[in-house]
Amino acid sequence: MQEMLRVENLWVSVDGRQILKGVNFSINYGEVHVLFGPNGAGKTTFIMTIMGFPKYKVEQGKIYFKGEDITDKDVYERAQIGLGVSFQRPPTVRGVTLRRIIEIISDDKVDKERVHDFSEKLNLLGHLDRNLNDGFSGGEMKRSELLQLMAQRPDLVLIDEPESGVDMENIALVGESINTLLGKDKVKDPKRSAMIITHTGYILDFVNGDRGCIFLDGNIVCQGNPKDILSEIKKSGYRRCVECR
Amino acid sequence: MSINETYLSDIKGRAEKAKGKKAALGPDIDLLRYHRYFEKGKIENLESLSRQAIEAATLSGIDVTEEVRSGTFLQVDHSVVYESLNKAYKGKLEIMSTTDACNRYDWLEDYYWRIVPVDQDKYTAQAELNWTHGYFIRVFAHQKPEYPVQACLLVEENFVSQNVHNIIIVEEGAELQVITGCTLSKSDAEGIHIGVSEFYVKKGGKLFFTMIHNWADNFHVRPRTAVIVEEDGMFVSNYVLLKSVKSVQTFPVAYLKGDRASAKFNTVVYGLKDSNIDLGSRIVLEGENTRGESTARTIAADESVIYSRGDLIAKTKGYCIAHLDCRGILFSKAGKIYAIPQLISDGAIKAELSHEASIGPISEEQVEYLMSRGISREDAVSMITSGFLNLDIPYLPQVIDRSIKEVIKATAKEAL
Repeated sequence: MQEMLRVENLWVSVDGRQILKGVNFSINYGEVHVLFGPNGAGKTTFIMTIMGFPKYKVEQGKIYFKGEDITDKDVYERAQIGLGVSFQRPPTVRGVTLRRIIEIISDDKVDKERVHDFSEKLNLLGHLDRNLNDGFSGGEMKRSELLQLMAQRPDLVLIDEPESGVDMENIALVGESINTLLGKDKVKDPKRSAMIITHTGYILDFVNGDRGCIFLDGNIVCQGNPKDILSEIKKSGYRRCVECR
Repeated sequence: MSINETYLSDIKGRAEKAKGKKAALGPDIDLLRYHRYFEKGKIENLESLSRQAIEAATLSGIDVTEEVRSGTFLQVDHSVVYESLNKAYKGKLEIMSTTDACNRYDWLEDYYWRIVPVDQDKYTAQAELNWTHGYFIRVFAHQKPEYPVQACLLVEENFVSQNVHNIIIVEEGAELQVITGCTLSKSDAEGIHIGVSEFYVKKGGKLFFTMIHNWADNFHVRPRTAVIVEEDGMFVSNYVLLKSVKSVQTFPVAYLKGDRASAKFNTVVYGLKDSNIDLGSRIVLEGENTRGESTARTIAADESVIYSRGDLIAKTKGYCIAHLDCRGILFSKAGKIYAIPQLISDGAIKAELSHEASIGPISEEQVEYLMSRGISREDAVSMITSGFLNLDIPYLPQVIDRSIKEVIKATAKEAL
């Protein structure tokens, strides 16, 4: 399978503090990778750096997307070539409604009927005319993020903790929506890939991961079947990973 | 029967004494500089205005087709050039120049210079001593015209002082929407607009007043506005300024005299170039169970200086509630915003007064968030700016809301 993203020896600092320390990583077209790791291990920094947010300063290393070096591209340019992110805690944008942002993002790529269907499926019809993320609950934020990504249709989706703040009933909905986003609810769409950060692993009951990675202290220390990794973490925590190193 | 001569003579005398009196706020203007006088001829309809005048009027919320308006008043420099009233509202609504109204109605003495003091400062004095019309609008009791009345105060010539005195009376149980567009047809015109406005909302009446200012770099503006709201009455004021201006200073006051009366001020200001903008609103809660709300959204770009003031003054012994919400975004290192909220409870032991004020930059986090959705930085900033200025104003008639949005759309794009 062809490689979609390759990260080489990535060193990243945030506000002068070194977070990522020489990460090497790759993901192929159509794959879903699941990122595990304790708080502060560097998972969010990793996906935010891939998305290109300027707060995350690349000190060393390269990021290649679809064969192109994107290390120096800004967030907008990366979104334009097929990267998209679902935030764990997106900011409130007053004066811009969810409907408005969906209309702008979709830019004729997604017809209105489909947006309506997605909104209905995600129980967000009543939120379309509200200011973006203004007073949204945790679950509503996650669903709003996924709705926006459905309109954006990125090739590589970066999802930060899709289950945090979401009740059990809505985790299923979020999981189904991720599958829809990736085209996995129908015939497998080999073009779309995803990197999903999870702490609890609940999302793996609904989304099939192809590969799991454990982050520890700014680097990937272990890779394998995500369900096996989750089971090991549940059993022994991240202690075994430390021992492995 | 016109207004009593003795009363007019007393007013004139007070104005004479105040003609050198500096205003408490805003830069002092040498009024002698603006001495030219221009009479203009009547026009058949608004579409016969010059292209520049139509453009300026449209940008200040005026519908030149008049299709969705109950009536129109147009003053150019020192002449009233056009007045019209939709046939459906004859006998229900009156529109004329204040000069005509003062000549026609002796009872207007009870409304003329009664809530704005003629000797407040040199500008109110000028409005009396060199009075050049203004509009008189009266909606009769229990009448509720479907469409707004529009009034356009247009300046075409240089070195003019346009000194208007406007009076609006909303009779008992009536409702009225008014859009006032104050504008210039020449972007390089130098001059001053002085607008005295006295509004009266009678028992159970409602007045939705929207003023859109569309001035230019060398123009000064000194509105002087006061409103009396009787019991169960409502006054909503929307003020929009999205173009540069040399200086504007205004501090309208709403006196909530009657029980359960309410007032709401919404202010949207975009400071450009070296504009000196000093705006405020004052709500005086005198009746029981009165309500007041004042919301301001200001953006200071370039070298503009904005003072965003708000006073809530409670005087009733009964319950009353009022809130100030004043937010600003500073776009440039050379710009300045002063947010000055003031709450005064004058023996009003049951009054609930509150305020929130904030000034900050445009949120980089929000910009980057929109960029991550594939929206360019420029478009993201534009969306956030328009969104910040686009207040969801309650009670704002759709047609007026649309006008404001169109003005914001047209000017925000240009400004960015």
